Amino acid sequence: MNPESLARSLAQHPFCKDLTQAQVEFLAGCAKNARYDAGEYLVREGSLADALFLVRSGSVAIESHIPGRGSVKVDTLGPGDIIGWSVLLPPFRWHLDARALAATVVFCLDANCLRGKVQADHSFGYAFTLQLLAAASQRLTHARLQQLDVYKAELR
Amino acid sequence: MTDALLLESMTIVRVRRETSDTFTFDLDARPRGGFRFAPGQFNMLYAFGLGEVPISISGDPLKPAVLTHTIRAVGPTTRALEALKKGDPVGVRGPFGTPWPVDQALGKDVIVVAGGIGLAPLRPAIYSMLSRRQVFGKLCIAYGARTPADILYDKEIEKWRGRIDVDLEVTVDRGDPDWRGHTGVVTGLLRRFELDAERTVAMLCGPEVMMRFAARELESLGVPAACIYLSMERNMKCGVGSCGHCQLGPSFVCKDGPVYPLTKVEPLMSVREL
Repeated sequence: MNPESLARSLAQHPFCKDLTQAQVEFLAGCAKNARYDAGEYLVREGSLADALFLVRSGSVAIESHIPGRGSVKVDTLGPGDIIGWSVLLPPFRWHLDARALAATVVFCLDANCLRGKVQADHSFGYAFTLQLLAAASQRLTHARLQQLDVYKAELR
Repeated sequence: MTDALLLESMTIVRVRRETSDTFTFDLDARPRGGFRFAPGQFNMLYAFGLGEVPISISGDPLKPAVLTHTIRAVGPTTRALEALKKGDPVGVRGPFGTPWPVDQALGKDVIVVAGGIGLAPLRPAIYSMLSRRQVFGKLCIAYGARTPADILYDKEIEKWRGRIDVDLEVTVDRGDPDWRGHTGVVTGLLRRFELDAERTVAMLCGPEVMMRFAARELESLGVPAACIYLSMERNMKCGVGSCGHCQLGPSFVCKDGPVYPLTKVEPLMSVREL
């Protein structure tokens, strides 16, 4: 895919909806398309956070391995979601596994390239980080609701 | 008011186990010429000698010969109802309360958001919309349960999922090793549906905190607050707004609800004392 068409399709992703066209084109310099088959890992816990993924299609499980229980799924992500804010946060290691549950297509944004651009252009860095923060905030809200265990039976 | 307070005995004709603590029973409404209700309404069910509980009607409004309720056994009265068998009598008063805005949704997209046993009061609305599917826009259903074992109406869900004119997603808060579906909260599903947000009617039922989060998410997606409807739950007793047990601010849930537009209940939902 040439850089222009990559930037055009990147602009369609919800993560980029508040970025300017110039910012999306700047971001596209770090992006490539990638495809994962069902069962394939996008990232493994503890390994180097070398990419940020914007999910275009498919389904990805966020999991952690618990000895004796195997892989425990904590979330399922799909089109429009992002995986990988660890790319901006030292020590740049993944905290959880991400495994494709079905054939999954993503934009894969190279971590080194991203960090470089965020450093080089603070205006872009601010806009990008704001998007990342919005995604993180939404996921945190969901995680808190999950933690509330709202369906637990209450005596009536 | 006299009629609404009058108890009627009806006979159980079928009992189905839904989950470890939830069951559905059908009551024979033929002797009284059928039981007509609007989706979203509830009845007061009486376990003879023990007490009454408000239970939403979960059956098909187009099949009035059978009156269906899905009940979670969590207290003495619901446990007594759980112990009943086919042929046993149950006291019934109703139907009470306001219905889901099914007719207001004509020509619009509809999103149904259910959590836990909240799917039961929404099922009649789903039946109603499916019976005349062509007069609605998209029909999206988001259902969240605690675990895979807590999913209600699993066979029916599979049937709905198989329809090309229904977009249905199920999620659980906690999966198990065999669960191959979605894990995460039901609010996390809402962005996945492609709706014409400004022309969407949302119907929400589940724990109040879940509805609060879901309503906020829907509003952030552009669904007007006036088109978001919630089924509230309080301590309903008389069913006719007389005893005051279910008072929610200036309204009585049994009479003015249980289905309210968000615009009416949103200010009340943040008042802790209510």
